Amino acid sequence: MELVCPAGNLQSLKAAVDAGANSVYIGFRDETNARHFPGLNFNDRQIVEGMQYAHTRGARVFIAINTYPQPASLKKWQYAVDTAANIGANALILADIGVMDYAAENWPNLNLHLSVQGSATSQDAIGFYAQQFGIKRAVLPRVLSVRQVAAIAKKSPVPIETFGFGSLCVMVEGRCYLSSYVTGQGPNMYGACSPAKFVQWSKTSGGTETRLNDVLIDRIADDEKAGYPTICKGRYCVNGDVGYAIEEPTSLNTLPILADLVEIGVAAIKIEGRQRSPAYVGRVTAVFREAIDKCLADTQAYRPEEKWLAALAALSEGAQTTLGAYSRNWH
Amino acid sequence: MNDIATPRLSLGPLQFHWPRADMQSLYRQVADSRVDIVYLGETVCSKRREYQHKDWIATAEQLAAAGKDVVLSTLALVEAQSELGYIRRLCENGDLLVEANDMAAVQMLAGKVPFVGGPTLNIVNQRALQKLVDLGLQRWVIPVEMSRTMLAGIRAHISAPIEYELLAWGRLPLAFSARCYTARAHSISKDECANCCIDYPDGLSLQTREDENFLVINGIQTMSARTSCLLSELEDNSGIADILRISPQAGGTDLIISLIDALRRGEISTDVAATNLEGYAPAGLFDGYWHGESGMTHVR
Repeated sequence: MELVCPAGNLQSLKAAVDAGANSVYIGFRDETNARHFPGLNFNDRQIVEGMQYAHTRGARVFIAINTYPQPASLKKWQYAVDTAANIGANALILADIGVMDYAAENWPNLNLHLSVQGSATSQDAIGFYAQQFGIKRAVLPRVLSVRQVAAIAKKSPVPIETFGFGSLCVMVEGRCYLSSYVTGQGPNMYGACSPAKFVQWSKTSGGTETRLNDVLIDRIADDEKAGYPTICKGRYCVNGDVGYAIEEPTSLNTLPILADLVEIGVAAIKIEGRQRSPAYVGRVTAVFREAIDKCLADTQAYRPEEKWLAALAALSEGAQTTLGAYSRNWH
Repeated sequence: MNDIATPRLSLGPLQFHWPRADMQSLYRQVADSRVDIVYLGETVCSKRREYQHKDWIATAEQLAAAGKDVVLSTLALVEAQSELGYIRRLCENGDLLVEANDMAAVQMLAGKVPFVGGPTLNIVNQRALQKLVDLGLQRWVIPVEMSRTMLAGIRAHISAPIEYELLAWGRLPLAFSARCYTARAHSISKDECANCCIDYPDGLSLQTREDENFLVINGIQTMSARTSCLLSELEDNSGIADILRISPQAGGTDLIISLIDALRRGEISTDVAATNLEGYAPAGLFDGYWHGESGMTHVR
């Protein structure tokens, strides 16, 4: 099982490689990738340096070009594909059919992975991309139970990558328009959910209010910890009750089911978090490296260790973790 | 009004879970309405089974006999292997056109029979659309996030005579999840849901903590509370959309169809239509995506 780790900058890439990542995924410094945040991502020089650092230490580098270009900006995404191919990316992580068509036609030897943003949740959907564009791997959205992942892994024409840890999208990726509904900018076409420029924090007598483009996402009491105002993690009123109607501020953690994921044949585990610090990336990578190594050495005997869980809880949103959709109880 | 540019009207798939009798009543009304095309089938949750496959097919036959073009719509979020089996059955029906709402359905239809590309397919540029046109797409339902400018940009590049269908009236799907939020509101899990969404024929209102009608929960789907209204396209008579889609709702679908039909025929003004239609949009109207603004904005 391959460990695929995030890097939003050169320091994070080095931290991931040093801590034992098999592969690191990165993006260009623009809206061609789904972590288009100010100050994040790589320019061409940094990519070359990061690629050298990874390759000399036996790690691979994937470049995410996984947003959806609008009609007038298709050329920009095609240029990103050309750049990534020319500097020797080990794989491109793509979502848009148009971009994939361009990459498959112009770079037939390049490894293409279907991004989670491609919303493929079945072997038939994956089969489309395999047949039309020759993808080598598909990343599954975070909406499937372990049993469902197992069925897909068994029947998929290409290896499967699933999410192992990090911020939890509870909606099927690539089809969530909540952010663009409120702000005009969302993951699909802009590369960011709840862009920071629309976030407002204000102290009121009722607590700290967090707003996204003026829509009240939550009101947080002084003794509560305020999370970043993504729409799906806000508190709202439904049937007269105020609460987390969609999901609580929490992080995905699959350490408890790692042996199941190994046994069902998941080829790669992805850590979310290109927007996180190098220290965060290094710590999460180290925990998963140790866990995967122990799990592969003796899958039957594998148990998540307390020190791993404690280390990950400390790095989690709201200090809480969940199995998310992998567990039927979560649905 | 130029007849050639007069768009056809479609009724989209019923997005909500209604009792069987209410579904029968809807489709009886629709058979007598001025709608040209009707989309049938469950697109949100495979646990909703007030209509079995045979009921959908019987409804399709009745509507076809009433002169409607019928299309079978597939599930948008596919999770279970059993769901794939049913989508395959729809795709291989051998008669009716199918609206593919997921790439699994596209894979089953591509290169075999012409199909409709549904609004959840993530097609937002000309190269992606051309690829599906080459594989048999003959009609495309414009995705929620698309602006008029984007659509014009795409149309300019596509020479094939495909049809473009606009989500012109109704609450729009904004997200799909493994989790059922209606069940969550009842403090039960999806496996224990007992189809509680049947009690919310227009979805369950989700308000902000300052009482703004923000979203609507519809099982695993999260929708806009506001109603999408793109009827300014009729006023402009621009011909950018060949088909205008109306989404069924609990109250007044027949009257909404009549008003939009009268508007497309030039029998009433946009102002008259808008005044009457606003009563069927309890949380107000929006058209922001279409005008390149934040989605929930109301520009026109």
